[in-house]
Amino acid sequence: MKPAIHVRDLTKVFKVPERDAGLKAATLSLFKRKYKEVRAVDSIAFDIQPGEVVGFLGPNGAGKTTTLKMLAGLLYPTSGELDVLGYLPEKRQKDFLRQITLVMGQRSQLNWDIPAIDSFELNRAIYSIPRKQYEETRDELIELMLLGDLINKPVRNLSLGERMKVEAVGALLHRPQVLFLDEPTIGLDVTMQRRIRRFIQEYNARYNATVLLTSHYMADVQALCKRVIVIHHGKLLYDGGLAGLVERFSAMKTLSVTFSDMNGHAPDFSTFGTVISQEPNRVSLRVGKAETPNVTARMLADLPVTDLTVEDPPIEEVIEHVFEQPKEDDEKKETA
Amino acid sequence: MLARARDYADLYLVNAKTAIIGQFQYRLANLMFLVHLVIEPLIYLIVWTNVAEAQGGSVGGYTASTFAAYYIVWTLVRQFNLSLSPFSFEWRIKNGRLAGELLRPVHPIHYDLGFFLGIKVPYVVYWLPAGLILWLIFRPVIELTWWQVAAFPVALMLGFLVRFAMLWLLGLITFWTTRVSAIFDLFFTLELLLSGRLVPLELMPGWAQDIAAWLPFQWAFGFPIEVLIGRLAPDQIVRGFAIQVIWIAVSYTVIHLVWKRGIKHFTAVGG
Repeated sequence: MKPAIHVRDLTKVFKVPERDAGLKAATLSLFKRKYKEVRAVDSIAFDIQPGEVVGFLGPNGAGKTTTLKMLAGLLYPTSGELDVLGYLPEKRQKDFLRQITLVMGQRSQLNWDIPAIDSFELNRAIYSIPRKQYEETRDELIELMLLGDLINKPVRNLSLGERMKVEAVGALLHRPQVLFLDEPTIGLDVTMQRRIRRFIQEYNARYNATVLLTSHYMADVQALCKRVIVIHHGKLLYDGGLAGLVERFSAMKTLSVTFSDMNGHAPDFSTFGTVISQEPNRVSLRVGKAETPNVTARMLADLPVTDLTVEDPPIEEVIEHVFEQPKEDDEKKETA
Repeated sequence: MLARARDYADLYLVNAKTAIIGQFQYRLANLMFLVHLVIEPLIYLIVWTNVAEAQGGSVGGYTASTFAAYYIVWTLVRQFNLSLSPFSFEWRIKNGRLAGELLRPVHPIHYDLGFFLGIKVPYVVYWLPAGLILWLIFRPVIELTWWQVAAFPVALMLGFLVRFAMLWLLGLITFWTTRVSAIFDLFFTLELLLSGRLVPLELMPGWAQDIAAWLPFQWAFGFPIEVLIGRLAPDQIVRGFAIQVIWIAVSYTVIHLVWKRGIKHFTAVGG
C-alpha cells in the first residue's frame, strides 16, 4: 500500500538574524547584518500508512510544529522529499487542501462573533461540500462531540474546552483524509481531554483517516497511538511502538516487593537499589535495567518474599529521560 | 466552469450572510461607529458652510446647500467604501489566522471581499436614520436626473473595489516588514487630502487637482459623490467609470503578483 505520508531527508534551515548586545552592535547591524543558520528539522524520514494514528513527540523547540507545517504546506522545506496523499504539500493545490486539516490547539479558526453553526456553514461554502454530505457529516460530528446547544452560541461566549470542541468539528466537516493535530488538548481539563481523544478515535475508525498528532499529555498518546515518532533537536530519535520506546530509553525498572513478617529485622534495602518508598513489610526500589535479574534473584534467595513485581517506570519519566539527551554538537564541544 | 462560478457565488453569499450576522451582534459598537461617522463630515460641513456664508454665499461654485449635499452623500459613500484595514494583515499574520486561511482551498481575498460586501447591508441600514436627520437639518439641494441615479450605484461599487484593492495591496507589505504604521499613516493622510474626503477636489488648488488626477484616491471617494450631486456631465461620468475600471484592473494584477511573492516569503520563514 502506498503510504499516506512519505518523508525522506526532510530538512528545514531558518536564517535568524544575529546581533551582539549594545548600541554599537545595533548601529552596525543597520549596515551589515549577520545571520545564524538554525536547523529546525534535520534529515528526518518516516512513512505513515493510511489509517494510522501516530504520536509525534519531542520537547518544545524540537521541530514538531515545523515538521507539521511542512507536511501541511505552510512551510517550504529547505531540502528533502515530501509526499502527502500523492501531493507535494508546498504547492497547496486545492485538491490537496480539501483532503487535509491542521488543528492547532492554541489557534482559533472560527469567527468569534457568530455562532459556530454559522461558521460551519461558511466552511461548507469554502470547501464546496455538497449540501447533503455536509448536513450528514455535521450532524454526525455534532453528535460524536456532544455539542448539543453549544453550536448556537457565539463562539466568544464558549469556554476554552467548548471552543476546542467546536473548532475540531469545524476542522473536519470536509472529511479530511489526513489530520495534523498540534496539541489538540492543550489547556483542557481531564474530562474534556478524554472527549477530544474519543472523538479523534471515532473519526479515525469511521473514515480510516491518517492522524499525526503532537501532545504534551502522554495520556493522549497512550490512548490514541500505537506508534510514536520522537524528534529532538530536529533529528529523528525513535520511530516505533510505544512499548519499544520504554524498552529502549528507560535505563531503570521499578521493583515492588512484599514480604511475610520480618519481625522488625528489615535489611538495608539501599544495598539492592534506590528506595522509592518503604513500609514495614513492603518496599519499592528503582534498579538499573541490567541489574534487575541479579537483584531479583538475591531478594528471592535472601528474604521472605511473598510477592514481587517488576515494572517499567511511568511513560512520562521515560519521555523526560529521552528529552534530556544532549544534542550531538553539545557533546562534541564537551569532549573537545 | 459553471459549477465553479456557482461555488464562488455560494461562497460570497454565505460569507456576506456571516458578516451581517456578526455585525448585528454589537449594537453599542455600531452606534458609536455611527456617531463617529457623522461627526467627521459634520465638522467639514459646518466649517465650509461658514466659509461660504462669509464669502457672500458660495465658494468655488459651492453654496451652503451644495456643501450639505456633498457631505451627506459623503456619509453614504464612506459607509460603502469601508474596507479591510491594512493593519489587520499584521494581526492576521501574528495570531496565525493567515496560516489557517492559506490551508483552505480558496484565496483569502475572496473572504474579505465577500465579508465587506456583506457588511454594507447593516452599514447602509444604520446610515438611513443618520442620513435622514442630516437631510432634515441641513436641507441640501440636489437636482436629480435619471442618469445620475443610475450611475451612482455603479460609481459607488467600483469605488469600493478600488479602495478595497488599494488597502489590501498595502496590507501585503506586512509580509516583509511589520513596521508599517508610518507607510499606512502616509497613505491615509494622502487619501484624506487628495480623495475629496476633507474637501471637494474642485476647491483644491490646480496643482493639487493635477496630482490627484494621477492617483486612485478620488475614484473611491469624491467621484461617486460628484456623480450623485450633479457636478459631472454624462461624458465625465463615463470617463470616470473607465478610470475606475483601469485602477481596479491594475491593482488586482499587482495584488496577484505581490501575493505570490509574499506567500513565497511567508512560507520560507514560517507561518
